[in-house]
Amino acid sequence: MQIYLPIAETSVNAFTLLGVGGGVGMLSGMFGVGGGFLITPLLFFIGVPPAVAVATGVNQVVASSISGVLAHLKRKTVDLPMGWVLLVGGMIGSVVGIWFFNLMSRLGQIDLIVQLSYVIFLGVIGAMMFNESLRALLRTRSGTAPRRKRHMHTWIHNLPLKMKFRASGLYISVFPPLLVGVGVGILAAIMGVGGGFILVPAMIYLLGMPTKVVIGTSLFQVTFVAAFTTFMHALTNQTVDVMLAVFLIIGGVIGAQIGTRVGLKLGAEQLRILLALMVLAVCGKIAFDLLWPPAELYSISVAGGA
Amino acid sequence: MGRLFALLLLVLTAAPAQAQEEVVAGLSQNSVALTVNFVGSDILIFGAVRRDGVIPEGPLDVIVTVEGPPQEATIWRKARRFGIWVNAEAQEVRAAPSFYAVASTAPLAEILSPEADLDYRISTRLAIFEARSDTDLTDPAAFTEALIRIRKDEGLYQEGATPVDLERDTLFTTRITLPKNIVEGSYAARIFLMREGAVVDEYETFIEVRKAVLERWLYSLAYDQPALYGLLALVLAAVFGWGASAIFRLIRS
Repeated sequence: MQIYLPIAETSVNAFTLLGVGGGVGMLSGMFGVGGGFLITPLLFFIGVPPAVAVATGVNQVVASSISGVLAHLKRKTVDLPMGWVLLVGGMIGSVVGIWFFNLMSRLGQIDLIVQLSYVIFLGVIGAMMFNESLRALLRTRSGTAPRRKRHMHTWIHNLPLKMKFRASGLYISVFPPLLVGVGVGILAAIMGVGGGFILVPAMIYLLGMPTKVVIGTSLFQVTFVAAFTTFMHALTNQTVDVMLAVFLIIGGVIGAQIGTRVGLKLGAEQLRILLALMVLAVCGKIAFDLLWPPAELYSISVAGGA
Repeated sequence: MGRLFALLLLVLTAAPAQAQEEVVAGLSQNSVALTVNFVGSDILIFGAVRRDGVIPEGPLDVIVTVEGPPQEATIWRKARRFGIWVNAEAQEVRAAPSFYAVASTAPLAEILSPEADLDYRISTRLAIFEARSDTDLTDPAAFTEALIRIRKDEGLYQEGATPVDLERDTLFTTRITLPKNIVEGSYAARIFLMREGAVVDEYETFIEVRKAVLERWLYSLAYDQPALYGLLALVLAAVFGWGASAIFRLIRS
């Protein structure tokens, strides 16, 4: 069954869309990731224009993270002051990212920028995850307990404008979290992702936040930055396709429910190696497209269209 | 078929007025709705040649063109820079039809003189208006050729894909396929009667391609009231995202 997408102005198979949403939803349920970093490139592969894929992908992030953030708010596992600081940074980053996105669209280089960002981020994250989960797997085999290092107090924590973050037990300058927020906001706008895959490690290793509030606080920031970015894309580019979003969301919600159950049956280490391999595979495909001589050297961009 | 027969009657009973040939034509449909499940549409274009007295000497040919709304476009060419393929050179096009189909009774080269082509801009190549650019591109023509090639692959440009059937030099029919990826707007269908490479008569009619109610509404909301549209996208995402997990929680408990 083909469905016509009013903003992308083309027809796509509805079951392909439900499959993409469902598959990514399943992965997000299994691994606890947002999945935006997989949805957007998959939309490129099935022929959705990159600008529409990015803006609609970020809209899907709102849907996939909203129920999570509500649950965490109820359980009080969100550091709200920290969440707000990250959110303000995220909005600044989002505005910067959208401005850059529109500039690159005019220059005809947006596809390249989006693809390059994906290659770099997926490559780095995938390699790190693969490395870490492989070591964790070897550790469980050899039987030695992993040693956790307490976060270190470095010069970045001693910048001015210090603020107390009670839930995290931190008394640090607002600039590090603000900058982390800005970085994630830029990524959200350019790559159509929530940015949780950058935010979570940054909160643990850079800011030194305790793990119990990291997931809730990052979901809080991701949800609202994604919502803000969706709104900005709709306002300035008219590239959010709600028809496309609805199909992805329905598929995603169903997939996530299945994924959560599958995830409980598999071992955590095997799961993370699988996820790492998948991230690397998507990265490899995009990198290949950039490096291999294209079959068609020419491309057309139409003024005023997506 | 009934309409075709009526046309034939019209032609046969027409009072003998002028000694020249005229073309009368109709379409199987004057409007196309881009609905949720739009997969493309076939338009039947039919008509007749109206004349008094005997059929003039020499072969008669018919050319049918259908042209979608023109757009400004930029054609990019990739080149290898620092090991990766990037858009390196560009050529602007002032107006390129978003859709262009040419059907004819014989290959265009045999029935259309270059002069007539220039006057009426019938061939695909002449339907595209390049911008007068002073760029130092070595081969500007390659860009327009690429535009035609890419759109041909997407089914948006069709030249000689379907023939025009002409019966007894009077009745003709052809079928133009509008693919699923067409844009909305007014599509001009032109019919040319050709003799010895020159246009004897021309007829023009329009096909209105419109998005269906819901799609139209979403599209105009997105462009006319982007803030409202953005909020709608967010509300939908929130309702679906939260609602669906609430339903699943209910099922589980």
